[in-house]
Amino acid sequence: MEADYKALKNGGFMRQRQKNKFSMRLKVVGGDLSAAQIRVIAEAAERFGAGRVHLTSRQGVEIPFVDLRDTEAVKAFLAKGGVSAGVCGPRVRTVTACQGDAVCPSACIDTASLAREISERYFGRELPHKFKLGVTGCVNNCLKAEENDLGVKGALFLELDGEACTGCGLCVKICRDGALSLAGEEGPVRLDPARCNNCGRCVSSCPSDAWKGTPGYRLYFGGTFGNVIGIGEALLPLLRDKEELFAAADRAVEFFVERGRPGERFRSVILRAGWQALADSLAGALAGRAGGGQ
Amino acid sequence: MSDVDRGGKPPGTVDTTGAVCPMTFVLAKMALDEIGEGDEIIIRLNEGEALANVPRSIKDEGHRILRLTDNGDGTYNLLVRKGAPPEGPQ
Repeated sequence: MEADYKALKNGGFMRQRQKNKFSMRLKVVGGDLSAAQIRVIAEAAERFGAGRVHLTSRQGVEIPFVDLRDTEAVKAFLAKGGVSAGVCGPRVRTVTACQGDAVCPSACIDTASLAREISERYFGRELPHKFKLGVTGCVNNCLKAEENDLGVKGALFLELDGEACTGCGLCVKICRDGALSLAGEEGPVRLDPARCNNCGRCVSSCPSDAWKGTPGYRLYFGGTFGNVIGIGEALLPLLRDKEELFAAADRAVEFFVERGRPGERFRSVILRAGWQALADSLAGALAGRAGGGQ
Repeated sequence: MSDVDRGGKPPGTVDTTGAVCPMTFVLAKMALDEIGEGDEIIIRLNEGEALANVPRSIKDEGHRILRLTDNGDGTYNLLVRKGAPPEGPQ
C-alpha cells in the first residue's frame, strides 16, 4: 500500500491509538452546517469511518477511524459536498459562534457573519501555538468568549429617547447591574455609565422602544481552558464596528507573532510581556486608524 | 383605534406567578390568543426571570405593552393590548 502522507501533513487528521487510524477533523465555522453538509458527512463516516461522528467541545465535527489509505479519498468525497478538513497544530483553529441575532432574541450582534469573516481572515494561519477565536452574541456568554485566545462578545451602545420614555420602570427592575434609576414618577430613566455593562436588556424589554441600541464588540485577550485555566481580559473599551475589531485583532495576532516563542500560548506571551504592553499596543492600533474612534 | 367595543369591561387577568419558564410565556401567549385584536389583558408576573423575558417576548410578537404596575409583593401587572396577527406563515 502506498501511504499518502500529503494529506496528513496538511493537517486535520488526528492520530488514533489504533495504528494507521485517524480521526478526521472537519472545518466548521460558528457551529453552522447545512443539512446537505451533514448528509455528506454522514455518508463519509459510513464509507470511510466507523459510521459515527464525534462532536468536539468547540463545535467541530470529527470522523474517527479513517484509515491512512483513505485520507485523500475521504477529503475528495467531502469536498464534493462542500465540506473541508479542519486544522491541528500551531494554527488558528475553528472559529466558534452562537446563533446570534439572526435567531436568538438575546443576541446583540450578527455572530454568524462575523465568525465567517474572522475565519476567512485567520483560519489555519500558522502561529507560535494554537490560537482559538470565538464569538458570543451577548453577556449570557453561551460561547464563552473569555476562554478563547481572542474572544468577541456582543453588546449595545445605549441611548435613551427621553420623550418616548414613560417611566414605567421595567428596565430599572430588570437591569442586573443597578445602572438605571427613575428620576420621578413619570421618568425619564437615568443611566449610570459607570455601572452599565452594555448588555442591552433595557433595549429588548422597553415597552415604548425608548431605549435604542447600536451593536458593539467587547474583545477578550489571552484566555485558555486546557492545561492552564486563564480568563481572557477585556483590554479595550467597547468597539464601535468591525473595522475597529479587526484593527485590534490584527494587532493581537501581530503581537503574538512578534513576541511569541515556538510552542508558547498567547497567554504566556502576554504574561511575559505584561498585560499593559498588549493593552498599549492595541490602543496604538486603534488610535492609528485614519478617521477612527467615531 | 380598535373597532372592538368592550363597553367599558375591564380587561381579564392571567396569572403566571405560579409558573416558571417556559410556562410563563406560554400562559401569556395562550391568553393573548383568546382575545381579539385591540383588546387588553393584564398579565401578572413574578419579578426576576419572568419580568425580564415575558415583556420582551410579548413585544417581539407584535403586542403593545401599555403599563407596568408594581404590586409591591414581588409581582407585577403588565397591561397589554393585543396587536395584529403576524404576517407570513407561522
